[in-house]
Amino acid sequence: MTIFPIPLEAELGKIGAYLIYLLIGFGFGYALEISGFGSSPKLAAQFYLRELTVLKVMFGAIVVAMVLIFAASGLGLLDYNLVWVNPTYLWPGIVGGLIMGVGFIVGGFCPGTSLVALATFKKDGLFFSLGVLFGIFAFGETVSTYETWWNSSYLGRFTLPEWLGLPTGVVVLLLVLMALFMFWGAEQLERIFGKRDLSQEPKWRYAAAGALALGAVAVVFIGQPTNLQRWEKLKTEKEPLLEQRLVQIHPGELLDSMENPRLKVILLDVRSEADYNLFHLKNARLTPMDSLLEQASELLKEPANTVFVLMSNDEAAATEAWKVLVAESVPNVYILEGGVNRWLEYFGAEDERIQPLVSAEQDNLRFAIPAALGARYPAATPDPHLYELEYTPKIKLELKRGPSGGGCG
Amino acid sequence: MTTVTQKQVRSKSFSLAALFSRRETRPYAHPFLGGALLGIVLFLSFFITGNGLGASGGLNRIVVFIEDLIAPQHVDRVSYLLKMAGGEVNPLDNWIIPMVFGILLGGFVSGWRNGRLKAETGKGPNISVRTRWVTAFVGGAFMGYGARLARGCTSGQALSGGAVLSVGSWAFMLSLFAGAYALAYFVRKLWL
Repeated sequence: MTIFPIPLEAELGKIGAYLIYLLIGFGFGYALEISGFGSSPKLAAQFYLRELTVLKVMFGAIVVAMVLIFAASGLGLLDYNLVWVNPTYLWPGIVGGLIMGVGFIVGGFCPGTSLVALATFKKDGLFFSLGVLFGIFAFGETVSTYETWWNSSYLGRFTLPEWLGLPTGVVVLLLVLMALFMFWGAEQLERIFGKRDLSQEPKWRYAAAGALALGAVAVVFIGQPTNLQRWEKLKTEKEPLLEQRLVQIHPGELLDSMENPRLKVILLDVRSEADYNLFHLKNARLTPMDSLLEQASELLKEPANTVFVLMSNDEAAATEAWKVLVAESVPNVYILEGGVNRWLEYFGAEDERIQPLVSAEQDNLRFAIPAALGARYPAATPDPHLYELEYTPKIKLELKRGPSGGGCG
Repeated sequence: MTTVTQKQVRSKSFSLAALFSRRETRPYAHPFLGGALLGIVLFLSFFITGNGLGASGGLNRIVVFIEDLIAPQHVDRVSYLLKMAGGEVNPLDNWIIPMVFGILLGGFVSGWRNGRLKAETGKGPNISVRTRWVTAFVGGAFMGYGARLARGCTSGQALSGGAVLSVGSWAFMLSLFAGAYALAYFVRKLWL
């Protein structure tokens, strides 16, 4: 399993984890200050094209971090699935951005830079920070009047490569080239509007630009690990779990877990839509195999006490699905032992409408179900108090390694 | 801050005085150098913790913490506030809080090392200090409101989301710059 990101609180305890965040914040504040982001006239100059420091620092930081992140992910050092990617709420984001643009040009800072200004005793930084606190307070008090809109146009974890339909490496390279072009344009604007003498600029910036572009090209060639490659890496560690049957849970355990208020059980039914319509467990989600990869990123966002239970008619398809989800770093994934067939043996026995078939192929439904009533058969919602089933409990909650909500939660 | 200079005068032998004594003001780093450094910090943040950088989220939690002290019942009624401070939940128990203190500390240390710890008001040449304070507060209020609406500020959305290729973050970033450029001409008296 890739080592990074580290589950900090599990490894270092809360104090240790917070110390790491303090250090990262320190680096952040330091980098902002040495770039001149504690000075509002310097920030505002960006918008009068005199000095495009904001653009250079921001885009410089974005492309440097981006190349490093996707190189690390391509080399298998960093698990991109466990990295927090801001979910897209398109219109609230755009409108919020416009309002912040107004705040930026009127107030001269953004929240992070105003903290740095405050730390270096700038009085306008203090007033700006107070304004930010007031704005945040005002938002908290008014958001309930338009909460529906605020939660609208939700596209989830939606990335540029998905949107453009291009490989990640290509997007990284295009963004680096775009940034380099913008840097060139910014210098030209500074020459024209800011009367800057470009011959005084250091020569190392050409070398830096070259290194960045080379890095991006390397990211294209390394590529990003596919689901299959991710599984290959995990195989030796995870395959024994399947063989020792540590992740196949007894129908009784599933039934009890669904009643357990401390667990959130999500049932993923990977059978065909036809079988699903005939019969499925209550609240089971129809999850075709080819949609699993897409779903994985959403499943990663579920709370830490979530248990995912995959089911097919027997176990074959569910086992394949298990490999896909485990390779995508989804935690707490289990398989319903014996699948829906075993479930019906236990809980459908008293329903005369459901009759066992004598012979059926592997992973096919072994019951004749007369009407496509889905979850409206009693067997879809058995009463746990009526069944005393013995089983060895296998569900053990793993520590959540995933991202915990971005800088804005 | 006047207290600093006073301390300096009063106790020359005190080591803190040496700490605060005005150093020679050094020029800012080259923007590409600053950008690269910031990029490395951003990468390390994602690499080690899985989270990006942020600031406004921390300020948000500080506001909610104060609200929770004054009017806990109110906090328990508003769903947005409830998530952060409902019942016994401490809104300050979140990684973003140490990060905010880190930003303050990092900014302070860099300002001190480079002789930029000066109590002053950054402003355009044609407005008074008081006007600048008012515009700073008003601008800050817009920033704070917009940052919550957009679920992140320039650091948490644009910088962090941009680097990990979030579509929403790029749309947000473009709209932020569009808003600022669109208004820049009309408020030029503030800065030029």
